Amino acid sequence: MASVLAARQPENDEKPRRRYVFLMSTPALLGLFMFLVVPFFMAVAMSFTDQRLLSPNETSWVGLRNYDRLLNVSGLVQEPVRDEAGQVVRDEDGQIDYPRLRTLLRSDPAMADYKLFTSWDLGEKRYIVLAKDPHFIQSFINTLLFVLLVVPLQCGLALALALLINRQLRGIFLFRTVFFSPVVTSIVVVSIVWSFLYHKDLGLFNHYLQAMSFGLIGPIDWLGDPDWAMPSIVIMSAWQAAGVQMLIFLAGLQGISQDLYEAADLDGAGAWSKFWHITLPGLRNTVVFVVISTTIQAFGLFTQVDVMTQGGPQGSTSTVMYHAVTKGFREQDIAYGSAISVIFFLVILGIALFQKRLFDSKGDK
Amino acid sequence: MTTLSFATIGTSAQAAAEPARLKLWRHETANIAEIDVSKAAVERFNQSQQRWKIEVEMIPEGSYTETVTAAALANDLPCVLDMDQPVVPNFAWSGYLRPLKGLVSQEVLDSLIESAKGTYKDDIYSVGQFEVALALFSRHSILKEHGIRIATTEQPWTKEEFLQALATLKASGKFAYPLDMRTGWKGEWYSYGYAPMLQSFGADQIDRSDYRTVEGVLNGKQAIAWGEFFQNLFAEGYVDRNPSDDKAFSQGRAALDYVGSWEMANHVTSFGDDLAVMPVPDFGSGPVVGGGSWHWGITQSCAHPEGAAAFLDYILQPNEIAAMSEATGMIPSTPAAAELTEHYRTGGDWRFFYDYSAAYAKLRPATPAYPIISSTFETMLRNIKDGADVLDSLDQAVDTIERNISDNKGYGFN
Repeated sequence: MASVLAARQPENDEKPRRRYVFLMSTPALLGLFMFLVVPFFMAVAMSFTDQRLLSPNETSWVGLRNYDRLLNVSGLVQEPVRDEAGQVVRDEDGQIDYPRLRTLLRSDPAMADYKLFTSWDLGEKRYIVLAKDPHFIQSFINTLLFVLLVVPLQCGLALALALLINRQLRGIFLFRTVFFSPVVTSIVVVSIVWSFLYHKDLGLFNHYLQAMSFGLIGPIDWLGDPDWAMPSIVIMSAWQAAGVQMLIFLAGLQGISQDLYEAADLDGAGAWSKFWHITLPGLRNTVVFVVISTTIQAFGLFTQVDVMTQGGPQGSTSTVMYHAVTKGFREQDIAYGSAISVIFFLVILGIALFQKRLFDSKGDK
Repeated sequence: MTTLSFATIGTSAQAAAEPARLKLWRHETANIAEIDVSKAAVERFNQSQQRWKIEVEMIPEGSYTETVTAAALANDLPCVLDMDQPVVPNFAWSGYLRPLKGLVSQEVLDSLIESAKGTYKDDIYSVGQFEVALALFSRHSILKEHGIRIATTEQPWTKEEFLQALATLKASGKFAYPLDMRTGWKGEWYSYGYAPMLQSFGADQIDRSDYRTVEGVLNGKQAIAWGEFFQNLFAEGYVDRNPSDDKAFSQGRAALDYVGSWEMANHVTSFGDDLAVMPVPDFGSGPVVGGGSWHWGITQSCAHPEGAAAFLDYILQPNEIAAMSEATGMIPSTPAAAELTEHYRTGGDWRFFYDYSAAYAKLRPATPAYPIISSTFETMLRNIKDGADVLDSLDQAVDTIERNISDNKGYGFN
């Protein structure tokens, strides 16, 4: 009884209030500490060792070895193979013949750990970018690409859906449920179903595309073509997850005062200018929250890749998360997996802070 | 009279003593019959004697190996557990398993076929009740219609015959992809299903004489030939690169199904007498099928290894193995048990699997490096399937595996 009275004290009574804040948040803070802070510091420590998941060998400190293997990038310029006369050797197709890169790298102990990341020919020289873990760099680029594609698509879709259902119509509740239903469906199930839809020969999408374009748009190998695989996953992910952001936008929309719209109507404003000058500014904080949270969530892409493509075709959908799980658990190199997670954490933290600053400075204008 | 009463007291005292409890872990499969027969065996064992009481805990299959790994790290392993055979050397090397010689009776160990024993460095660490084998399924009607010879155990298809059959079936226009190889399955299937092809070409995943050399083995001449053959299956459109389901054969979309013996019961239900079960092709070095299924082992942390061994002795008796085979259709792991089953006894209609497994089964490399070999092999083969340069892919896999072995100080092989 006393506590209820105390809680009803006027708000300016700061001291007991602060005590309650601590008391009430202790369980959550304890949980955060045990399951987030401690594991993170353990991961940092582990990333400097050669810890394995299962091994009778003693764990030892290896310094920056894991980070070196992860991030080390180097370059090389290759000269073509020349015959005795000094002429460049060409094969039947007229392509210049270069010495096999792997033989070259393996013969030099200092270079033995490097692998080809990418190369291009210019004149009679071949320029080669080497990396100690080209797969990680590719996964990193893939993840960034996914984020860049999915965040605008997913947020835009969510906003559009929210605008659609934010009206007083009969049966609108039904639409809300339908739009939200992919979110409550297991992502594994969604991924399996979409694999069927995406199938090159039997999938529904290709059938529709061909029917609607009168056979002009040939069958797209959605998940089998390195150029299409990531966009395919982007479309599916945006569709699956947009419901959550839709709800947040909906809450934001309903927080905008109707008076503003009525005033705008009196001034003769059209739908577009109402959206541009009332709705969007009114949603500012919602947008900031939705974009940042979607970005962070998008960086964690894993399940869709694991179910639909296993990182393929040819590594085009491998993500940092997928790489970390493969290395850390399936191949039992938990120290290396930890190093990937630490780097990844820093990158996401940096991007989230950058976004926050960006939005804040816009707000100051 | 006195002696008699003493004896009575003696037995009743023993019976009153609580039996020692031993914890057992088993992976929970979708196959209900397999779980039921396993539980029934434990029940029978507990009834058959008073000293030990096995308590079963089921762990979901999807995360089974991860669960066992986590439990090992936390020193919380049960006394007896089942494991997928290829991970046994890794657990043994890490010191979590006991060698079974001297625990499980020698007679029982000798009765098992080779692939039912999981080894690491000449010691047996695990034993299995059943085995599976690869086969090539088709339908008599389809083969007859296209004039394709039915392969037999005596005369399997050669590589050329195999490719010719695929070309004929593809050209008929009836099958978009004539062969289903379950390319959509992930994880261990890639190694289990496709490494035997590599071995039949004359190469392997690692040099088994030292378990350290991969260079020249996984990227040697035969391995390159295999990689090009494999890539060609997809390039020619014989196999679907990204199947969205695994029902192509049973729904009549594919003419051939390259898969394990566990599909036998399903296929018999679908096609009855029309089903043709053929051995896998001989790609040059004889046909090879994968060996090693789920095995049982005893942990180092087990307080009563003799009790655990008594349990293994019990479930490896011919009638127990036969009961498992009857319920699940899996291949029994001893000749005596095979004779007790309807399908696998001499002259039985599935006997061919048993002979085949006994003759051509090749275990996956018995090295603690297996998890990295399997994972790297899968990534490599997916890239080859999707059109990456064969030699580059093989080389990359070799480098990854060799570095991992040297990071782990040779995994105990010096």
